[in-house]
Amino acid sequence: MSENSESKPYINFLQAESKHKGIFKWILSTDHKRIGIMYMTGMMAFLLVGITLGFLMKLEMLTPGKTIMDAQTYNAFFTLHGVIMIFLFIIPGLPAVFGNFMLPLQIGARDVAFPRLNLLSWWLYVVGGIFAIASLFLQGGPIDTGWTFYVPYSLRTGTNVSLPLFAAFILGFSSILTGINFVTTVHRLRAPGMTFFKMPLFVWAIYSTAWIQVIATPVVGITIILVIVERAFSLGIFDPALGGDPLLFQHLFWIYSHPAVYIMILPAMGAVSEIIPTFAKRTIFGYKAIAFSSLAIAFIGYFVWAHHMFTTGISDTSRFIFSLLTFLVAIPSGVKVFNWVATLYKGSITPGAPLLFVMMFIFLFSIGGLTGLVLGSLATNVHVHDTYFVVAHFHYVMFGGTVMIFFAALHYWLPKMFGRMYNEKVAKWSIALIFIGFNMLYFTMFILGYEGQPRRYWDYLPQFQTLQIISTVGSWILISGILLMFGNLHRSIKRGAKAEANPWGGKTLEWTIPSPPPVHNFDEIPVITHGPYNYGEEEAK
Amino acid sequence: MANEHSEKNHSVGYGTYVLIWLVLVGLTVTTVSISGINLGNIALAVALLIAAVKSAFVINIFMHIKFEEKIFKVFIAIALMTLLSVFVLTAFDVFFR
Ligand code: HEM
Ligand SMILES: [Cu+2]
Repeated sequence: MSENSESKPYINFLQAESKHKGIFKWILSTDHKRIGIMYMTGMMAFLLVGITLGFLMKLEMLTPGKTIMDAQTYNAFFTLHGVIMIFLFIIPGLPAVFGNFMLPLQIGARDVAFPRLNLLSWWLYVVGGIFAIASLFLQGGPIDTGWTFYVPYSLRTGTNVSLPLFAAFILGFSSILTGINFVTTVHRLRAPGMTFFKMPLFVWAIYSTAWIQVIATPVVGITIILVIVERAFSLGIFDPALGGDPLLFQHLFWIYSHPAVYIMILPAMGAVSEIIPTFAKRTIFGYKAIAFSSLAIAFIGYFVWAHHMFTTGISDTSRFIFSLLTFLVAIPSGVKVFNWVATLYKGSITPGAPLLFVMMFIFLFSIGGLTGLVLGSLATNVHVHDTYFVVAHFHYVMFGGTVMIFFAALHYWLPKMFGRMYNEKVAKWSIALIFIGFNMLYFTMFILGYEGQPRRYWDYLPQFQTLQIISTVGSWILISGILLMFGNLHRSIKRGAKAEANPWGGKTLEWTIPSPPPVHNFDEIPVITHGPYNYGEEEAK
Repeated sequence: MANEHSEKNHSVGYGTYVLIWLVLVGLTVTTVSISGINLGNIALAVALLIAAVKSAFVINIFMHIKFEEKIFKVFIAIALMTLLSVFVLTAFDVFFR
């Protein structure tokens, strides 16, 4: 489809009027596209706060002993950094922004199944965010338990624990509602002819993720309530002094929080499966294998949680079982990586910024994934547990994995969302800075951890200083890259060159409508007759 | 979505609802009263069994799932199977510790 003709001026969803005025046009809008952008705005703000805290922590680690803050402040900082990054940024993550914006477009629908529920999800997200921030300024001071809220410390500390926990509870609700919405949308609103195996792989990924959101999140909700109640009334569920079981907390916490890492990574993998065919101009290799591996990862992901508890004194039987199950997750993950690489093989590749982010993702995520196996093995886990090795590992998978693809998706879908192009040259410079900075910052942490630097420590032994300095300088380079990238994106949204409907030559449905899309997406609901990535060559029949 | 069906769902009379409610109250009383008796190892199993029966009533009757389309039952079955697996895996820790 081409841009609309000049005769009737084309109104897109950004300009459209509604019965509300001013900011209410946005914050009361049930348009999935506006809700996606509102999530994006909120999450960007939290990301910048999180990055600032990370920057300050690294500055503290420049020298042994006190550099810029005292120990208690450091404790609060790593907790806030973790809570913000996890609950307010990466868990809503790609589904909240790109799932909301692209899912209906990619399946040929006019909106999600429950638009008002969708708006409620966003409002719950905002309320959760406000509670989390409010807790910093109330009596008792900012929470210092680490983002994992382990008992018994979280029951005993005098800092504000209940309010941020309640915030996490509300954010969980937001996530559950989004999940319900997306599952229903995929089942009910696919365009005629779009069978499950004609859906784009991003839709498959969002669908698998939505299931995890619905099934796993209630567990953490209940756990959080139990901690709050136990703090208030000394019930003795978790507190060993009262006859409770502290390991029960860890079980419950990780029964949610391990599947949650798949809430983070699966949608990112889905976006990778969109970007690679578009930039290699080839049909995705192994469509069904990728689709099923999403489901397999979502499924196995439920049954590995106790790999976070190998050193806590859980039974040997369960250590063995959970180690084995953990290794199984590597199989569907490997299936995906090999299929992506095979898609690139003999493709006609355009190395645009989204694809470069994807290449960076494959590199960083592989390092993160393989070091995950080091952590999943019982023997090596004992050595590196709770050291910087773990900190390096999860930054490689979450930051190097999910966040890099979040950045890739921002570049890939920016033209569709805002009708503007970003500056390719600046984008490439920012990618180079991010890549160098990231590896300096975090690869050093693998070595530090292996040599014995514990995580969540404010101080360190003098022999670690060289590596700590390299790491801190890396954080400066990384952050300059990120700021350059945001500057570029911001400028593009304001003043970038106009984007066509389909600047990359993508084949999925969102590229068949104008950029930015009209309010109701499709003038006429399309009828689907072929798979999502039909690039001419041999098509799977 | 399943609006066409919901019309005939009102075949469940108020009498049934009240009856089920009484059964639920009865089961709750049972749970509370037998918690005072020392049943040893099976105490947990008994408590879970009663809870399972109660939720079956709630899901089927109050939440109308008994009268809904198959897809909803499949969804609930998946969630229940997941929950069951999680229980079993946790038991590997608790009983072998
Ligand atoms: C410029 C960016 C970042 C920097 C400089 C940074 C730095 C750090 C540092 C220094 C720690 C504490 C290490 C310790 O003493 O234990 C930490 C912890 C953590 N980071 Fe980051 N980080 C950044 C980005 C991210 C991102 C993007 C995420 C997730 C999406 C993330 C998630 C976490 C989590 C979950 C923790 C653990 C908090 C805890 O121990 O409770 N970080 N980070
Ligand atoms: Cu895990």
